[in-house]
Amino acid sequence: MLEVNNLNVSLDDLILAKDMSFTLEPGKVNVIIGPNGTGKSTLLKTLFGDIKANSGEIKFSDEVLARKQLAQWRKQFGYMPQDIRLDVELSVLEVVLLGQLNTLGFRLEDHVIKEALTALDKIGLLHLANREVNKLSGGQCQMILFAQALMRKPKILMLDEPVSALDLHFQHVLLDHLDTQTKEQSWVTLMVLHDLNLAAQYADNLLVLKDGKLVASGHPSNVLTPQLVKDVYNVDAHVTKDMSGTPFIRTVRSKTELLTDNHQQSA
Amino acid sequence: MHSDLISDAISTQRRSEKRRWSVICILLTVLILSFVLDVATGPSLLNIKEVANALLSLLGAPVQVDPTTQVIVSSLRLPIAIMAVVVGGVLGVGGAEMQTLLNNPMASPYTLGMAAAAGFGAALVLYFGSLGIDTNLAVPLGAFVCCMLAATFLFALATMRHISSGQLILAGIALLFLFQSLLSLVQFVSSPELSQQILFWLFGSLSKASWSNLAIIVSVTVVCMVFLVRDAWKLTALRLGEERAKSLGVNITQLRLRTLLIVAVMTATVTSFVGIIGFVGIVAPNIAKILVGEDQRFFLPLSFIIGAFLLSSASVLSKVIVPGALFPIGIVTAIIGVPFFFWLILGKRR
Repeated sequence: MLEVNNLNVSLDDLILAKDMSFTLEPGKVNVIIGPNGTGKSTLLKTLFGDIKANSGEIKFSDEVLARKQLAQWRKQFGYMPQDIRLDVELSVLEVVLLGQLNTLGFRLEDHVIKEALTALDKIGLLHLANREVNKLSGGQCQMILFAQALMRKPKILMLDEPVSALDLHFQHVLLDHLDTQTKEQSWVTLMVLHDLNLAAQYADNLLVLKDGKLVASGHPSNVLTPQLVKDVYNVDAHVTKDMSGTPFIRTVRSKTELLTDNHQQSA
Repeated sequence: MHSDLISDAISTQRRSEKRRWSVICILLTVLILSFVLDVATGPSLLNIKEVANALLSLLGAPVQVDPTTQVIVSSLRLPIAIMAVVVGGVLGVGGAEMQTLLNNPMASPYTLGMAAAAGFGAALVLYFGSLGIDTNLAVPLGAFVCCMLAATFLFALATMRHISSGQLILAGIALLFLFQSLLSLVQFVSSPELSQQILFWLFGSLSKASWSNLAIIVSVTVVCMVFLVRDAWKLTALRLGEERAKSLGVNITQLRLRTLLIVAVMTATVTSFVGIIGFVGIVAPNIAKILVGEDQRFFLPLSFIIGAFLLSSASVLSKVIVPGALFPIGIVTAIIGVPFFFWLILGKRR
């Protein structure tokens, strides 16, 4: 169980987490949503120990995050940062292998390579294994980095916008795989998503951030309401529910006509 | 599960590893050839057979060798030829690791001002005198101290938490300009003879090679290389970007400091004995990268071998251009380095 108590984080004058408290349970997919620049990535970095909190406590199964045992703390994490550029002369296989950095020897054993290839196979990318990463598309890189993060055999898995460059098919491949693995391996999974409908489909627990504050949390069907979307994003939305009770958010085009009118007048 | 596809992929990986090892072996052979040529050429115009015999007898083979030839080969040519290999290798590796660390193909100890600082240190000692220490020792010592000073400044920056590699490079380039103008200042206030002496040191020369110098350089190099090879995978991970390397559990600050220190010590040591030799540090790693990619298990040794080959062949050229005279090697490396570099830049466009 990952516990965050009264967390406060600020960079210069910018407050990125304000008195934040929540608990994340193993075997659950937790999704953070919220507007740009509201502290989502900062929260992940703080949990990873990369940004220092001003105050508050972060605990994972009774172990408290402390500066001194940072290396030990990070061993439990699989962390996939937002940036997906891979401008390096390495093969896909080599990049995935780096996920197990600490166990790699000067000579690569067959079973180590096999493990990396199996990870690629599971997300349907085995055919790319021997290709150069700097010749792949952004979406392919993102999938490869996902495989790399899984290679760390994490207890806590954090992903920062893991589907930002993926097509419809791979969005679901990644999220389905993530969902089953989270449940099978009892990971604490925490990811940032922008697409509210994907969040509604895959989240077991939704954390809504605005201006560094946790404004709502809970199951998507309870959290995602027109009022919340209006409050957090300042966008009008209709929310309906499908047969399984999963909310479906359809945003309403706003003020666009007014804008074009103004443009025409000024022109 | 596609176990047949998986074993296919494994054998493809093994083939690619084998290919890279053979590239390394081929270049090693080329290096050995260049090394032998380096020993075989020189002002005393010995013929190759005599030189080969002298080498064989050094290795314990029962061959008849003229004592003069033996002395020329074992105490003059051999140290110079080995020096060329080790120094070139160190410059290649220094460049390789700077480029890895700073994520920039233009980085090298030379472009970051470390070599210029060493030159300034040497010039200072030549100008102010050696305070009673033997000049042959004092000048390298001055160069070493100044080079480490410049490196310390870079360390201090690198320990700062949120400094980017781009900022580090800019700081290094600023150091380069600073030490270059300080160097010009010393030359400006020096007498013409002294200025000449400084200039000669700056050109870079292997002629001061001796077995005792070599002992120092080789032992420093071996120790440093062991540490670098131990970090090989971490350095490879660093090439995915600092953020990502961090996410894989690499302690970036520590790795940066350790690598900077190793590179600084190696560079300071070789530069203090041979003077400023530019370009090997930039060109060698870039060629290595094209040939074997950026897996440091291959990239690191190949950067050494190519650096060694560049300097060794430059050493041969410096003796051949004007028969009977020794051309400053620092000049030759830049002259053969520039076409290489252009080939490299234009080749990348394809």
